[in-house]
This record gives sequence, C-alpha cells and structure tokens, in this order.
Amino acid sequence: MSFSDWLLALHLIAAFALIAALVLFTAVMVANWGNGSPQRASAYFRLAAIGGPLIAAGAGLTLVLGIWLAIDLDAYHPWDGWIIAAIVLWAIGGATGSRVGAHYSGLQELVDRLAAADGDEPNAELAARLSDTKVRTLHAITIVAFVAVLVLMIFKPGA
Amino acid sequence: MVALIRPDSWNWALLLHVGGAMILVGGLVTAGGASLVMRGDATGALTRFFYRVLVLVALPGMILMRAGAAWIYDKEGYTGNGDPTWLGIGLSTADGGAVLFIIALILGGIGLRRSRRGAGGEGLLRASGVIALVLLVAYVVTVWAMAGKPA
Repeated sequence: MSFSDWLLALHLIAAFALIAALVLFTAVMVANWGNGSPQRASAYFRLAAIGGPLIAAGAGLTLVLGIWLAIDLDAYHPWDGWIIAAIVLWAIGGATGSRVGAHYSGLQELVDRLAAADGDEPNAELAARLSDTKVRTLHAITIVAFVAVLVLMIFKPGA
Repeated sequence: MVALIRPDSWNWALLLHVGGAMILVGGLVTAGGASLVMRGDATGALTRFFYRVLVLVALPGMILMRAGAAWIYDKEGYTGNGDPTWLGIGLSTADGGAVLFIIALILGGIGLRRSRRGAGGEGLLRASGVIALVLLVAYVVTVWAMAGKPA
C-alpha cells in the first residue's frame, strides 16, 4: 500500500467513525424523545458518552486527512470546487452538531441530579428539554450536511 | 486507487454500498455500546434499545451495503476468478458477517423474550452483544482493506 492508499483508508475509517457517532446520537435522541424518566435518560446518556470521542476524532481526522489527501494526489487540489464545498458543509455540520452537543452536555447535570434525588419519577422539564424541536432541527441539519459531504466525496462534481 | 479514478457510472452503486456500510457500522457501534452499558440499567430500556437498533438500523444497513456491493461488483466486471485480495476480504466479511449477524439477531431475540418474561436471557443478550462488537472490529478492518486495497 502506498502512502496515499494509507491516507485514503484512514480518511474513510474516520468518516465511518463520524457517521457511526451520528447514527448513535440519532438513535438515542429518538429513543429519549418526550420521555422524562431520569433513570432511563441517565442510562441513555451513559451510552451517548461513547459518541463524544468518536465524533470528535472522526470529524477532525476526516478533515485533516482529506485535505492531506488532496495535497498528496496530483489529480485533486484543496481549492477544487467540490472539496471547498465539502469543507463548507463540514463546517456547517460541525457548528450545528456542536450546538446539539452543548444542549445535551447542559442536560447532563439535570439528569444526574434528578436520577440521584427523585428516583424514576417522570420530570416535565427533562421531558421538555429532551424534546426540544430546535435541537432536533439542528441535528437534522448536521445529518444533511455530512450526508451531502459523502455524496460530494463519491460524485466529485467537476473533478 | 480504483475509488479515485472509477467511471462516473459506478457512483450510485458506490453511494449505496458505502452509505449502507456506514449505517451498518453505526448500528453496530450503537448496539455494541448499548450491550456494554446495559448491565447498569435497572429500567431495562437499553436492553430493548439494543435489539431494536440491531433490527431497525444495522440490518437495513447490511442489506443496503450488500446490495450496493453486488451492484458495483457486477459493474466492475469481476467474475470470481483472480479477484483481488481486498475484494476477497470484503466478500468474506460481508457474507460471513451476515451469518454471524443472523445468529446475533436470533440469540438477542430469544434473550429479549426471556428477559421480558423474567426468565433470564441476559447471557443470550450478552452473547448477541459480543457478536455485534466482533462484527464491528471485522468491518473496520474491511473498511481499511476496501479503501487501501492492499495487494
């Protein structure tokens, strides 16, 4: 395997980690939707914690290795239109995804407090914050942005 | 480097294959992760979630991945004679993995049913989770092989 082959393989593995984390977060969000049970939410938050390092490493390495690959290969350049479009979409997905992550990080303290104090009595505030439509919209934008990056990577329009 | 210089007519098949594989890996990460943390969950929500993710996320991902693989295999004109090593790795993990995946679904299904009746089932669910994690490792190696295409 050449150096470029290694770059491509690691770039793709990073992209898989990124999308896998998005799948995990989506499944957890859907499962928790409108449910105010603190114990249940606490269990799902423990699972969602796996996605944090996965999405951070996946997103960072996908971008760095992708740009490195574009520099390394003669056929492509970092300033190619489809690569710039992919970087812009990556930034949009990263920005919206960070806001979703911040929302759930803020909820962690409430979940921990309720799970420790009230046992498993459903809590209206928790249910409302787990069902935030703005967060759902931001998450949907994140998914669309990263799926669009995947489509660009495969179709390479203009290349 | 085939992925970088392939004809445009292969793109839809590749999108189906890669997109399906990403959903499959995402489903296995989610289900495998749930199997690791479900022991500490007194509500039982993660046990049901684990199995639902296997059925509703990983299984459709596997079907899409395999359908895309068959489509692009046909487009690339491979016949099974003298196929490259990376393709052999991909086909082995796709088809061998499908058998293991079906075993995980059966074990998980029986385990969940027993668990709901209060008649155990934890061992079967754990075995199903271990298979999901083994498949996850195998598919990461496969992604490396399919992308890097070692000789």
